[in-house]
Order: sequence, then C-alpha cells, then structure tokens
Amino acid sequence: MATETKGLHYDASYIEKFSSSRGEPAWFTEMRKQALALAEELPLPQPEKTRIIGWNFTEFEHELESKAVDSLNDLPEYIHRLIGKEEQAGNLLLIHNGRLAYQSLSDDLKSKGVIFTDLETALREHGDLVKKYYFAKAAKLDANKLTALNAALVNSGLFLYVPKNVEIEVPLQTVFWQDHPDAGLINHVIVVADDNSSITYVENYLSTEHEGSQVANIITEVYVGDNATVRFGGVDQFTKDVTTYINRRSYVGANGRLEWALGQMNDGNTLSETFTSLVGDGGVTDMKAVSIGHGEQRQNFENRIHHFGRNTESDMLIHGVQLDKAQSIFNAITKIEHGASKSDGEQTQRVLMLSEGARGDANPILLIDENDVIAGHAASVGRIDPIQLYYLMSRGISRKDAERLIVHGFLNPVVSQLPIEGVKDQLTEVIEGKVK
Amino acid sequence: MAQPTLKIEDLHVSIEGKEIVKGFSLEIKGGEIHAVMGPNGTGKSTLASALMGHPKYEITGGKVTFDGQDLLEMEVDERARAGLFLAMQYPSEISGVTNADFLRTAINARRGEGNEIPVMQFIKKLDEKMKLLDIDEEFANRYLNEGFSGGEKKRNEILQLMMLEPKIAILDEIDSGLDIDALKIVAKGVNAMRSPEFGCLIITHYQRLLNYIKPDKVHVMMKGRIVKSGGPELAERLEAEGYDGLKKELGIEDDEVVEQEA
Repeated sequence: MATETKGLHYDASYIEKFSSSRGEPAWFTEMRKQALALAEELPLPQPEKTRIIGWNFTEFEHELESKAVDSLNDLPEYIHRLIGKEEQAGNLLLIHNGRLAYQSLSDDLKSKGVIFTDLETALREHGDLVKKYYFAKAAKLDANKLTALNAALVNSGLFLYVPKNVEIEVPLQTVFWQDHPDAGLINHVIVVADDNSSITYVENYLSTEHEGSQVANIITEVYVGDNATVRFGGVDQFTKDVTTYINRRSYVGANGRLEWALGQMNDGNTLSETFTSLVGDGGVTDMKAVSIGHGEQRQNFENRIHHFGRNTESDMLIHGVQLDKAQSIFNAITKIEHGASKSDGEQTQRVLMLSEGARGDANPILLIDENDVIAGHAASVGRIDPIQLYYLMSRGISRKDAERLIVHGFLNPVVSQLPIEGVKDQLTEVIEGKVK
Repeated sequence: MAQPTLKIEDLHVSIEGKEIVKGFSLEIKGGEIHAVMGPNGTGKSTLASALMGHPKYEITGGKVTFDGQDLLEMEVDERARAGLFLAMQYPSEISGVTNADFLRTAINARRGEGNEIPVMQFIKKLDEKMKLLDIDEEFANRYLNEGFSGGEKKRNEILQLMMLEPKIAILDEIDSGLDIDALKIVAKGVNAMRSPEFGCLIITHYQRLLNYIKPDKVHVMMKGRIVKSGGPELAERLEAEGYDGLKKELGIEDDEVVEQEA
C-alpha cells in the first residue's frame, strides 16, 4: 500500500523527456517541472470525515499503449451503445488509455470556430488559447498534492472551446476509456463557452479492467462566459480497482448559466469535489449529482458553490444511495460572499440507506457574509419509507421491485437531465446493476 | 372466470395495542357492491388497510379468505396479485417514477415474467381509461402522485383500479375532498368495472357517493363492527336522520369513538 510519505517515481528529466515526446510548448514543460516539485511537498487534500491515508494516488503506469479506432463499429458494444445516435451523433471524442483514438466534429461546428480535441493536440495547435485557461481562474495547481500531481504528470485531456456568440444545440461527447490493469489516468478537461455562447457537453469515464491497481486523477475546468450557457453532463464509471480523485471546477461570468448533471457511479474509492464559482452578477448554477455506494466502497463528495456576484442564484440537489457496507460522506457548502446581495442559494442532500451495514452522512453548510440574501438547506439520511413500499406492493409489485422503483426514482433527477439517450440508458443500466 | 369471494369472519384489528376493529364479518362476491358507512373513528379505514396488509395494523383475531385462500397469510403484493385492490385514502407520492412506468410494472407483476403486456397494448389501454376518467394525457408522464391535488390523487387511484382489473376492490373514502363533478367521474369509472367477476366494497362517511354508485347492500359500522345491514334504503335513511337516530335505536353511546387515519 502506498502511503503519504512515499516519494514519486518521476524526476525532472523524465518529465522533460515525456513532454518533448509529445511536442509540448516550453511553458507547459516548465509548469510540469514546477508542479512536480510542489507535488513532493504539498499535503494530500483533507476531506472532512473520510480517511484517505493508504489510498493509492501515486502507484500507476504513466505511459500506456493505446490504439486509434478507424470505425466506431470496431468499438466494444458497451462503448458503442454510449455514443449519440442520429441527430445526437457526429461530435465525439474517444480517448483510449490517455490518447486520442477517434475524433469527429461536424463541418458546421468547425466552420464556426469550435475547437474540440484532445489536450495534446490542442497544446500543439492552440497553445496560447490553452494557456489562457489551463490552471487559470477555475483551478489552482498548488491546491494540494493531487492537483500538483495532475499538472506534473497529465497524460490525457480534452480541450473544448466555443467562440463568442456560437450557440450549439447538439451535444458534444467525450468518452474516456481505459483498459490497462495499472493505468494512471492523469486527465485534464477544459471546457470554455465564450461570451453569449451555449453548449451541451457530456463525458463518460469508463474503465474495463478489473484486476489491478489503477488511479484516476482528474481536473476539470469549466469557463462560462458572460451570458453564456453550459450544460455539463457526466457519468463516471470506474471499476473497483480504480482510486479516483476527481475535481470539477468552474468559473461563471455575468448572467452565465451552468447546469451540472453528474452520475457518480464509480465502484472504487472516490474523492470528489465539484466547485462552482458565480463570479459575475446574475450568474446561475443548477447542480444535480447522484451516486451509489456499494460493497466496501469509501467515498467523499464535496459540492461547493460560491456566490461572489450580485443577484446570483444556485440550486444544488445531491442524492446518494448506500448499499452493503459502503460509507459515503456528502458535504454541501453554499457560500455567499460579502457584496453578493440579492443572491439566492438553495441546497438539498438526501441519502437513502438500503442496508444495515452502510453508512452515509450528509452535512449541509451555509456560509453567509451578506445580509440581503436568501439561502436554504435540507438534508436527510434515511431508509425507504415503509408506507411507500406498502403502496407499491399493494399494486402487486414485489418488495424487491418496489425498492428498485423507488431507487430509480430517487436517482432520476440526473438521469432525466442527461442529453444523450445512450448515456441515459447506460446510467439507468448501471443503477439497475448496482441495486440488483 | 369464476366468481370471486372475499369472506371476512369475526375480524379483530389493533393498532399500537389498541383494538379498533372488534369482530367484523362480511362476505363480498363478484357482481356485488357493498357499502360500509359509519361515523368517523369507527374503524372503517382500519378495516380496509388491515385487509390490504398495511404494516401498522395488527390482526389479533378472526379469519379472512379470498377465493378460499387464507388472505392474512399472504404478503401485501401477493394479496394484490391474487386480485385484491385498495383505493387508498392517502396515496403515497413516489418521486421520479412516472405514472406510466409504475402502472406497467404493476400490470406486469400480475402477468408474470415472459407474459409482459405489449407496449402498444398498454398505451392503448391507458389512453382509453384516461379518456373515460377525463384525465389529461400528460398525467401518464407525471411522477406518481407527486404534486397531485386531492382530486387528482383520487382519480389516479381509480385509473389504477381500471388498469389492474382486480377481482375485489375496496374504495376507502374515495369521495372525500371531491367536488360533485369529480365524484361523478370517479363513479363512472367504478360503474364501468361492474361485472360478475368484480366485487366492490365502498367505504364512505356520506351517502352522496351512493347516489352515483348504487350499492346492493349497505352496512353501518360502529365501534369496530357492523351494527346494521340493509339495502340502499338504509343509506337514504342515514342521510335523512344522521347517525344519531340509529345510535339511539341500537342504544350505542358516543364516548369510545377513536379517530384513526391510515
């Protein structure tokens, strides 16, 4: 087992070699080296009420083999099904073991100046634009050991840029797929919707190897420009042998709108942070996230929204199901800064316990430094209501099926919001598989 | 199909150690509509809930058979699959589960694996019943009872009744909180179910509903059991005189009445 004190296996010369093999710009190589030094020094993040000592964040294979895919028909069925069909198809990125394996972007979007490519290519072709958003206003490189590690060793990523005034109806989808037993996915996603633009982005994380010790270290930066809208859907589905650190962060401009719909369905230990910063006046965020803990899984979900601008609005809905001997901590923090007058922050966290041995903890936190605001929270941890069960069973539905219906209903707020049918169906299937 | 029979013999039901139903007996057969009337707190709803198997109620004595089978030995879902239905006074709200999904699951639970209702057939049937009950189309895609008005919930109970086609249905105060138009629609639904293969027990406080669903037999329940039985004229007499006249006739005191809600 790796421990906090264990050193990293990488040095500056390795980093330089790795960086030059990918043809990265000098500033990026330099950033990697600085980050490596920081990663040695900085402490691990300290999630409330979850002990992560002993979790493997550092032992993994950094350079993996990957192969390009010529035709989507060559993909395994479970990936093929995820991908948008008909009018939802056409804008897809498949990243296999960290490298670009398949890419398609409609001519229409290309002609409008939309950039939708892997980070490696983006650094070569749009280096200056990437620089503007990489570890910029949304995420800090030196937040902790894991953010620094991400910057030092990033081997996978996505860059999506939507220029000003471009409104896109169809969803853009990325599938991050890994199938190496000791894969280290050090991933950095950047989604930028410039002023007055709008976009729907959906990402799937998928690992399909079950014997090994994998690591996922993911940082996502979402930039919502003035009057822009981003609908961000995500389904995380890493197997039991993957330890996940996933940190999704965003920066919302004046009258911008950010909608999160996250299905956090990992089977392994997971440390998740989702952060929305409402910086400009009139910014709005609607955040929905659902999860299931099962087996002996340990998970910590910190969901945080900060209001800086006046007249900003946030609504957070977190639903978690706990099975078997799983333990999850849910911390929801709504912070309204001084000066963010007329703002409104609401949050709801509900945890549904389906077994005696499971544990779940929902902590609602409101931090208000401004008088002229509205804020509210609701949090509950409980079992299935026996009267609801009775009602469903009184129509002939078995206890097991009644429980399943209630769980699906409980997790539906995110399922119903995902914009791609295949992703919706897959999330429903994953839920079905876990509550079986 | 054989004529169904629900036979209740000397039933005793308690809640939290307090006896509410005290020796209730009644036989309901297919083709019959029975009404059980009575003042508040006499155990009418407790009887209905106990027959369905509500977890809060404890059967302390008596026997109930449904088509010859021991009903009280069955789980709630088994009772339903055997053909018993209870239209509840306070239906639960289930968030995130659409009416249509719920109904299809319930129908398929009765039909069994490998014999699921074809989707088109289900949709056709649902459309037809919703039309009859004057229910808006979008109702099917709303979450089960969530945010429904009192009247919508009652209508939804009748929609379920019509979709599931039970052998014996118990309607627990289906008329409470309904205006006259809604009442007529609910009655229309129940009347459409009438057949020799369908028996019904209507529990109500008021005679009003019985103007629209003509019962074959009327029973008055007080203090946990039937104190008087008769034809539809008994309901009319109660409407005219109230329960007090009957109480006086039977020498029943008011003091022990307990309010109970399911």
